[in-house]
Amino acid sequence: MTDGHLPDEALARLVRAEAGKIAALLTRRIGDFDIAEEAVQDAIVAALRTWRRDGVPANPGGWLALAARRRAIDRLRRRTRGETLVRMLADEPSAGEPDDRLAMLFACCHPALAPETRLALTLRAVLGLTTGQIARAFLVPEATLAQRIVRGKRKIVSAGISLTVPDGADMPSRLDDVLTVTYLAYNAGYLAAHASPAAELAEDAVWLADLICAQLPREPEALGLLALLLLLQSRAGTRLDAEGALVPLNEQDRSSWDGAMIARAQRILARAAAHHRPGRYQLQAALAACHADAPSARATDWLQILTLYDLLLRYDGSPIVRLNRAVALAEVEGPELALHEVEALALELDGYYLLHATRGELLSRLDRVNEAHDANLRAYELATHESETLLLERRLGSRGGRR
Amino acid sequence: MKYVIMFTSRPDLDEAVPRERQEAVYQEIFGWFDRNGDKFANGGAELQPVSTATTVKAADSPGGKPVVVDGPFSEAKEQIGGFSIIDVPDLDAAIALVRTWPSLAFPGVAVEIRPIVEHGE
Repeated sequence: MTDGHLPDEALARLVRAEAGKIAALLTRRIGDFDIAEEAVQDAIVAALRTWRRDGVPANPGGWLALAARRRAIDRLRRRTRGETLVRMLADEPSAGEPDDRLAMLFACCHPALAPETRLALTLRAVLGLTTGQIARAFLVPEATLAQRIVRGKRKIVSAGISLTVPDGADMPSRLDDVLTVTYLAYNAGYLAAHASPAAELAEDAVWLADLICAQLPREPEALGLLALLLLLQSRAGTRLDAEGALVPLNEQDRSSWDGAMIARAQRILARAAAHHRPGRYQLQAALAACHADAPSARATDWLQILTLYDLLLRYDGSPIVRLNRAVALAEVEGPELALHEVEALALELDGYYLLHATRGELLSRLDRVNEAHDANLRAYELATHESETLLLERRLGSRGGRR
Repeated sequence: MKYVIMFTSRPDLDEAVPRERQEAVYQEIFGWFDRNGDKFANGGAELQPVSTATTVKAADSPGGKPVVVDGPFSEAKEQIGGFSIIDVPDLDAAIALVRTWPSLAFPGVAVEIRPIVEHGE
């Protein structure tokens, strides 16, 4: 292949002799003079570098033509990609093909973007929410959010984040990022009153999980998330009472849960389980399914729930999961042991209302009335959502007792 | 797409790495550049230690003359040890390449990927 090294001037002459011919040929074939010209220039740079190092190949003209053609194709692809991106990122959310939307979703959730940007971009570019709607759902000033979205779009285009569904070794962590954003979107709408704009966010998140599963039907964690969201959504109508206060699970009217939605979630969860690749979303769905299965709050299989929490801890050892496990522990082993567990989390979750609300609940079951009142008061101060505040207000007024 | 990749490290942490280990990785780095030769565009350099750096800074007061000072432009512990220009299809390809950078075995090492402004595209 190599027929020796040439001095630079000889190389340059050789390249010049071929370059004009190749550019003309390429322009005719791809019909774009600028791209052909740039591709040939790139090929020349590569040729000089490689030939200086490895010697001139037997057919320098053929080498250059091939290199130029490859680069022209690359540039054409990049331009098409740019146009697709611009179209999809345009202010009118386009109803693209489902696989385009999935690719867009993966681009919006790319790890090169900040987590809060991923969520905002997904809601804007994939779900088509307005900047104002997103800002209200996350209690962020609209200008801040608009800027976050603009910067995110700019980064996708200028940093070369590709509009493709990843494959191979990257897929598990990239999919996890996408599922996280979908779950966060759901949580933003979870406590919203029925038919309010934020409640639509929860429905949109379910739609998104559905889209992911339709395109990636063999990803058990994607199926697990869809099952989880359907199970949570099946109780959307009973989560708040007429005054907008949060209704705890054990006080909800189970006959009003959406049975068809629950049945669908269970079929999806069974499909996920058939892969024998458990994960945190499948386990959380299994936990939600335990509640859906119980004919009454009293008949809940708390031992199974506790066992599932122990499994979940292997995938997600966060203090939030440990707090939820303590609630199940109270039902299985009694409030005293559970209180011990909750107090072990006091430092990590001190700013989280649910730690104090759970503590208050356990203390009142132990008839430690004054301490229960203090804990409920602290929970009340920390609660951020109106529905939580209302529930705690009632607790403070009755069971928590007055000093 | 063309990107500059900037190799940074923490010289204070580098000192803790045994000499033989440093040399072994240096050899791996040569192999890395060889293996990935097709992804590099012209340019790039390994830099002399930061103790050799000189910085020209804008004057503190408006209208003043720029001042010349000893040392790097930034007080940061992380320092740029070199840079390369790569030409790869997209950011994922750049990340995949950078992930295999042999020095990432050492604490404090980081590689920044920055797209190059390409005029007329």
